[in-house]
Amino acid sequence: MAKTLFDKVWDSHVVDTIENGPQILYIDKHLIHEVTSPQAFNELRERNIPIARPNQVVATADHNTPTIDQHLPVKDELSRKQLEQLSKNCKENGITLYDLGHKYNGIVHVMAPELGITQPGMTMVCGDSHTSTHGAFGTIAFGIGTSQVAQVFASQCLLLTKPKSLRVNVNGKLKKGVYPKDVILYVISKLGTNSGTGYFCEYAGNVFEEMSMEGRMTVCNMSIEMGARGGMIAPDETTFEYVKGREFAPKGEDFDKKVAYWKTLPSDAEAKFDKEYFFDAADIEPMITYGTNPGMGIKITENIPELNDASFEKSLEYMNFQKGESLINKPINYVFIGSCTNSRIEDFRVAANYVKGKRKASNVTAWLVPGSKQVEAQIIKEGLKDIFVEAGFKLRQPGCSACLAMNDDKIPQGEYCVSTSNRNFEGRQGQGARTILASPLVAAATAVEGKIIDITKHLN
Amino acid sequence: MEKFTTLNSTAVPLDIENIDTDQIIPARFLKATDKKGFGDNAFRDWRYNKNGELNKSFILNNPTYSGSILVAGDNFGCGSSREHAPWALVGYGFKVIVSSFFADIFKGNALNNGLLPVQVSSEFLKNLMSEITNNPETIVTVDLEAQTISAKDGVLSEAFDIDPYKKTCMINGYDDIDFLLSKKEAIETFEVEKQF
Repeated sequence: MAKTLFDKVWDSHVVDTIENGPQILYIDKHLIHEVTSPQAFNELRERNIPIARPNQVVATADHNTPTIDQHLPVKDELSRKQLEQLSKNCKENGITLYDLGHKYNGIVHVMAPELGITQPGMTMVCGDSHTSTHGAFGTIAFGIGTSQVAQVFASQCLLLTKPKSLRVNVNGKLKKGVYPKDVILYVISKLGTNSGTGYFCEYAGNVFEEMSMEGRMTVCNMSIEMGARGGMIAPDETTFEYVKGREFAPKGEDFDKKVAYWKTLPSDAEAKFDKEYFFDAADIEPMITYGTNPGMGIKITENIPELNDASFEKSLEYMNFQKGESLINKPINYVFIGSCTNSRIEDFRVAANYVKGKRKASNVTAWLVPGSKQVEAQIIKEGLKDIFVEAGFKLRQPGCSACLAMNDDKIPQGEYCVSTSNRNFEGRQGQGARTILASPLVAAATAVEGKIIDITKHLN
Repeated sequence: MEKFTTLNSTAVPLDIENIDTDQIIPARFLKATDKKGFGDNAFRDWRYNKNGELNKSFILNNPTYSGSILVAGDNFGCGSSREHAPWALVGYGFKVIVSSFFADIFKGNALNNGLLPVQVSSEFLKNLMSEITNNPETIVTVDLEAQTISAKDGVLSEAFDIDPYKKTCMINGYDDIDFLLSKKEAIETFEVEKQF
């Protein structure tokens, strides 16, 4: 029977099927961080259960870390304790930890791919919904709750019901100034925030085939924002080339063997999906969001829709926007370039390319937060940091930062922030903060102009 | 995990759609390393104003409404995978959440914490929401064994789905760890045999 990419990876990881019940799925790699793991470690400790496969677990500190002065002790007491707990738990259980300041430290979904931990055909989980990012490699990767973190600790497996399959096809030629972030914001704006619930999504079409791995990660990252547990893109030469030579990637003959296997993974031509959508790349333009969920997105040149719906109106009230208005020329005081969605080297190249020779607007506080120590080093190596500094920006240190505002990087009450992150929920970036999601290009342009501009007029 | 069979309780109407886990428990309260105390901060930024005063217009602060059943709008629990959300809801005193749609990760997390997500039709949700809003003393019955939710002596009644395995776990108070550990041998055999 014809199989999808998802079927192939899933089926090869099923240990057992319970009659009238879930399946036992084997997990190849388990990524953990300081916020969603401590209660799972406690659970095992209390029940006297050892960690089954500590060598298949990798830890980083990212959610709750400062993005300045990382060499100093963490000021916030609770944050410091949480980080200490992670170190202690990893040490006691023989788990590799890339702690704050380590050359491999970074946001879990940035550091694992760049170290070659993420590989095609794997199953990967992490107590973080944006684990879908790793699907860019043709990996089944999804976020789990802390009880499930404990389950994987105890057994290296999870009990799951196989999700249904969904394919999103985007074909055609993307316009200038349209980035992977715009593609996924466009798709979510068309499909809504729960269209993918109960499904695993595959992205197909020449638009994704022609994307870099960084771009594919941006797309797969936001699968959860349309409700899908994960998103996948078929592994190809771009994927193999990216994985090759990375720290934990297979080497030599092993690598060739793996590639031969990875080449068998793409969906069969006759494979059937439970749901399928098609979009024309030419219809996509630079996108922004105007509301309080990622499905509330429009082309930057469009006006806010006029709907009579209580949830919609509540959302606009929170954002202090009116139905039917344009966001062009809205003054913006905060810009955030970072998060597991858009904090990779390409994102900073796009931003640097725009700000080169320009100045940051005086009203704007801009936070440029690389996704990892390696991205930070690359920014410096390529001279991008100099461009940012000359334009009046300051580069911060890696972490999740203002994406979820668990650390001190909080947007003040009532302020707008044009952000390259993934969620514009109420209070996500700080109590009362108003988030506008966009690509690194739109974010950089906003930082320079101090307001939202029609970027489509500035592309030459 | 606590066992769950039947619950009779008044219910709280929270008629808002797309309630994400950042609203259920904001990220700044995720710094604890145990599961306790999250109930105090459930829906924190809706329950309290910026200056720390109680937001009297928010339904959970209205003394008319109480009970261990929360009836919420469509697509409840979307967003972050934080299990702190069900910990907060359970800590606050809820045992059942009723909605016309639940986000995947939240649903799994809730079931792993003895919090029953009851998914009903949009029409039933609308009727139930209106009933409990207008008559706060209405007792809602959730019978897990029979997989039914009802109120007003059965005038309002609907069956709901639940994975049979998770149902057994809820009724007996088992969790997945116990089950997975019983499969240790099969898992080890799989590891030896797997060829990628």
